[in-house]
Amino acid sequence: MRLHARCAMAFLLFAAGAGVSTSLSALQASSIPTTQLIKVEDLVKLVQGPEQQRPLILQVGPHVLYQQAHIPGSEYIGAASTPEGLQNLRKRVEGLPRTRFIVLYCGCCPWGHCPNVKPAYDALVAMGFNNAKVLYIPTNFGADWVDRGYPVAKGD
Amino acid sequence: MRSGAITAILFALVATVLAVGLFRLHHPTSSERHPAPDFRLAQLDGQPLQLSSYRGKVVLLDFWATWCVPCKEEIPHLVEFQQKYGDRGLQVIGISMDDAPDPVRTFAQQFHMNYPVVMGNAKVGEIYGGVLGLPIAFVIGRNGLIYSKKIGSVDMAVLEREIQNLLQTE
Repeated sequence: MRLHARCAMAFLLFAAGAGVSTSLSALQASSIPTTQLIKVEDLVKLVQGPEQQRPLILQVGPHVLYQQAHIPGSEYIGAASTPEGLQNLRKRVEGLPRTRFIVLYCGCCPWGHCPNVKPAYDALVAMGFNNAKVLYIPTNFGADWVDRGYPVAKGD
Repeated sequence: MRSGAITAILFALVATVLAVGLFRLHHPTSSERHPAPDFRLAQLDGQPLQLSSYRGKVVLLDFWATWCVPCKEEIPHLVEFQQKYGDRGLQVIGISMDDAPDPVRTFAQQFHMNYPVVMGNAKVGEIYGGVLGLPIAFVIGRNGLIYSKKIGSVDMAVLEREIQNLLQTE
């Protein structure tokens, strides 16, 4: 009886732990498949290249960061960690062909701590988009884009 | 053998120059220190806060947001610093880069933030050199000059020693 109780307790603890880790990984950028990431250097080439090859670039981070500096041509969607941000994202892309090349980015915090890119990526996948990429920003947008001299735009 | 030694010495010299350069970038010497740009922003209760009114105190200016995980980890330490050193002249000031104040108010209550928090904007970010990633903190001396800039997660023991040193100055 005692052994059964211990086994049951151990199972419950394991299940609780697994649940927590699953819910955390669902939020973490590091759980996005690496095949779906695009490097900063590669996106810069696309931004500076022919217009017809440019992806639709969506900023899914905080507004105050977008206002200070953003990728030229990118559109502000809003923080995808909030229901409003996700709603804006779905609304923006709902009429687009599911093969459309879309790049999501944020850069608010170090990659493993970004709360926005994973929910945004998951939303696009759930809507059937099969050519959605996420810009890999290891440190933040300032360090990995602006400070490297890549093109930026300011304001809304 | 000799060329190997020369290469090693050159490598060591370059590494030292780079290390010193990086250190000085974040810890400017007295002649390189710049005044902390002044601002007037609304606190969570609507009252205005003017940075220059804290002249004479050591100010720890912390750019943060409720969605920033490393910021959340640091805030209990900042609360502790304010409690521990407030009567010796430390003033922590939080600048939230959240888009709206409601989550900030809730957060401030939950974390028992014992120092003023203002709502930041793009303008204040720009006058501080661009706040394009969080957390970022500035240590400002009693004379209003910026002593150091901390980008990313901070070693709290190092920060505390820096605050203690600055508090000893008049």
